[in-house]
Amino acid sequence: MGIRRFGAVTAALAVALLPTPTTGAAQAQQPVTLRVAITQQVDSLNPFLSVFQAGTEVGRLMYDYLTAYDVKDQHPVEGLADRWESSEDRLTWTFHVPEGKKWSDGRPITAGDVAFTYDLMMRDEVAATANGSFTADFESVTATDDRTVVIRTKQPQATMLALDVPIVPEHVWSQVSDIAEYRNDQTPVVGSGPFVLSEYRANEFIRLKANKDYWRGAPKYDELTFTYYKTVDGAVQALTKGEVDLVNRMGPAQFDSLADEDGITRNKAQGRRFNEIVINSGAATRDGVPIGDGHPALRDVVVRRAIAKAIDLDAIIERVNGGYAQRGTGPIPPVFADYHLEPATPHPYDPAAANADLDRAGYARGADGTRVSPDGRRLELRLLGHASRAYDEQAGEFVKRSLADLGIVVDVQIVSDNQLNEAGTAGTFDLQFSGWGTNPDPDFILSLHTCGQRPNADGKGGTTDTFFCDAEYDALYAQQRAEFDPAKRRELVERMQQRFYDQVPALVLGYDNALEAYRSDKFASFPVQPDPGGVIMAQNGMWGYYGATPAAAAGEPSGSDTGLVLGVVGGALVVLVGGAWLVARRRGPRAEDRE
Amino acid sequence: MIRHLAAKVGGALVSLLFVVALGFLLFRVIPGDPVVAMTRGRPVTGDQLAELRARLGVDKPLREQFVDYLGAALRGDFGTSYVYSRPVLELIGERLWPTVLLTGTATVLAVVLGLWLGIRGAWRRGSRSDRVSTGLALAQWAMPTFWLGMLLSLATGDLFPSGGMRYPDTPPDFLSQALDVAHHMVLPCLTMIAVVYAQYLLVMRSSLLEEMHADYLTTARAKGLRDDLVRRRHAVPNALLPTVTLVFLHLGLVVSGAITVETVFSWPGLGLLTYEALTGPDLPLLQGTFVVLAGAVITMNVAADLLYRVLDPRVRAA
Repeated sequence: MGIRRFGAVTAALAVALLPTPTTGAAQAQQPVTLRVAITQQVDSLNPFLSVFQAGTEVGRLMYDYLTAYDVKDQHPVEGLADRWESSEDRLTWTFHVPEGKKWSDGRPITAGDVAFTYDLMMRDEVAATANGSFTADFESVTATDDRTVVIRTKQPQATMLALDVPIVPEHVWSQVSDIAEYRNDQTPVVGSGPFVLSEYRANEFIRLKANKDYWRGAPKYDELTFTYYKTVDGAVQALTKGEVDLVNRMGPAQFDSLADEDGITRNKAQGRRFNEIVINSGAATRDGVPIGDGHPALRDVVVRRAIAKAIDLDAIIERVNGGYAQRGTGPIPPVFADYHLEPATPHPYDPAAANADLDRAGYARGADGTRVSPDGRRLELRLLGHASRAYDEQAGEFVKRSLADLGIVVDVQIVSDNQLNEAGTAGTFDLQFSGWGTNPDPDFILSLHTCGQRPNADGKGGTTDTFFCDAEYDALYAQQRAEFDPAKRRELVERMQQRFYDQVPALVLGYDNALEAYRSDKFASFPVQPDPGGVIMAQNGMWGYYGATPAAAAGEPSGSDTGLVLGVVGGALVVLVGGAWLVARRRGPRAEDRE
Repeated sequence: MIRHLAAKVGGALVSLLFVVALGFLLFRVIPGDPVVAMTRGRPVTGDQLAELRARLGVDKPLREQFVDYLGAALRGDFGTSYVYSRPVLELIGERLWPTVLLTGTATVLAVVLGLWLGIRGAWRRGSRSDRVSTGLALAQWAMPTFWLGMLLSLATGDLFPSGGMRYPDTPPDFLSQALDVAHHMVLPCLTMIAVVYAQYLLVMRSSLLEEMHADYLTTARAKGLRDDLVRRRHAVPNALLPTVTLVFLHLGLVVSGAITVETVFSWPGLGLLTYEALTGPDLPLLQGTFVVLAGAVITMNVAADLLYRVLDPRVRAA
């Protein structure tokens, strides 16, 4: 009996103590880890298929590109290639891949790997899924020797130094028979970036180990993990509890809540996204056949400009963005200072002038104060917003009230993203909230508003949301695409945006700040891009993660381990006490029964 | 009995077939071009869009798509997810066990807690403890789940993790992993229990109340049995019948998980997967989860039906 009791006690003790030694031992030799919270799924680790921001971000850590974006001002710098030149006619580009750069399995990186990657995208449609637009105009790609790649394009392409294509090792990928089926998660995955994928649990986390042989030099810490949180609230809680070290995509309220937290530093960065209200200025197919049911008055540029003048952008930023945004002008945010538009003739917030403009243009007010266009239609507009974004609902109310002062009735309709997309493609809206993320190279965002981006006859094939089709804009677009003198291109891009701004096919409301926070008690500093004022996460490159510097005294036990011990001990106690109580209860009546 | 069984199973199979067909039709009603939704916000050419449509088969006429889908579904193939580029059944399989683990544990505990409190409440109906426990259960049931979950997470401080199923740096041995998962499960489990036990409490309480005035209880008391035994041996077993059915019907829903709890605590389960598929819209994934969830409910319905015949002789006789 005594022995049995002794055994039970030891067993109980062992169970209670077990977690402590394992975590303790792990801690003694624990590698320094940067733990990042992500709130978006990684769709695929296959760099040819991954399109989600979270997926491409991990891709940037695993694979280098041919060229990289500088951390300070995002100009093209050395990637896998260290030198490049183009021919007189801008149709032939030669890139030099220097010796000494290695794949994570030790094999040398050659020009052949680069040619193999682009070539794969040109001949395999599946491999073109994610980044195909970059090679769509390629005529041929050849590795003339191990160190030289020659690319010929069908027409001059201004994005040749901004090819967002991860370069993969030929000796691994030439064995892949079906790109669509290949998941690229057999660890360790051979790559060329500062980190090597070491473990992947879909929907839970991703672990990467520092690449000690990285050609730029090894990262200053050992491991990088991305843990997936479904909500930003969850991620913020994990940050305050010390379970993760870095969080982004916060809302103003979440960002403010961290203001006085010990050991947490916040980063209010210039974002590369903008919010806009698209105005249906005459939706049509690529052949010019009108589609949809937009209000005819919106085809009049006077009405569109009046709308722009009647909405107080600063007030929306103050009330809806909590002050964390910058005032909107053109589609390129101020973070890309070279291309951002400072309009020569801005539309100031001036409801009185807007009213006067409409009076002059013949939009008289009816008996109830609502304006009526010269052809007799009341100015009643639908404004569609995303149910998934609180911004749309709040800013929508704002717009509604502002336009009411103008004699325009706005019906704000908050719908699902799909309904909004559908209405957007079909042109069945008057006003709708939209927004885009912009790249350092302005070509893509500008191309969205060219005539060619309108849908074809069966409503497919285009990616425009404004249906904007303007000869002047298109002519400028073609010129900038073929212009290789930076100053001249800058001027053309500015003129395009000015045209866009004057014609108001969309009203850019503002550029959201990217709100981030990190555990400064564990990591002393992160490189931001651009510097100063830029972001740590979601950069054009891997600098934020690569250059993170651990705090000197990062030895204190993390909350997670203490939590685990306390939690398990607490849970065990609850079970024990509950069990004992139940047993006691069972015993009671039985004793009575016997009497 | 055999005939009854055959009829039930046959009926279930017909329902399932109906669900498979409905899964296709229902999700074509959702507006939105999946290809445009998938490529939103990144540089794609018109050719790329057309190529994507052809690869996914969404450019074919609806009837042709339906025949393709039905044929494949009958062979147990629910296609490839648009977003993840992986077989749908594989994705579902991956997410199934975290959901069953979480909702299963929570359901078992909620049933035990609910029945126990329900029995006590009915037996001492109107007492202060009855009023408090019923009121509390109802209040928790009425609380928004995400709010309750976040409140719990805030209130417990560093004690429990705020999300996920395990830490990336937990040692790979079984014990550490199991403890880590258990540790992560505490908060979501508590939240679910707090929200769902009320219904078991109420059903048990009311069905026991109905039995309370039955003659056989008077007889039992007249024999001189102690109150406690009258309750445990006579009243409760009879009152359990409706609860058993309820539990079985809920077990079918266990598979679908609790979308809210999984969202608040980032639990990598089927509820979240369904939600993600819906926001895509990832049609094959949506169809797959729809069929699996409906299938679980149908199966459990049949099981409840059969079990009821075993438990209650009156149904067998009828």
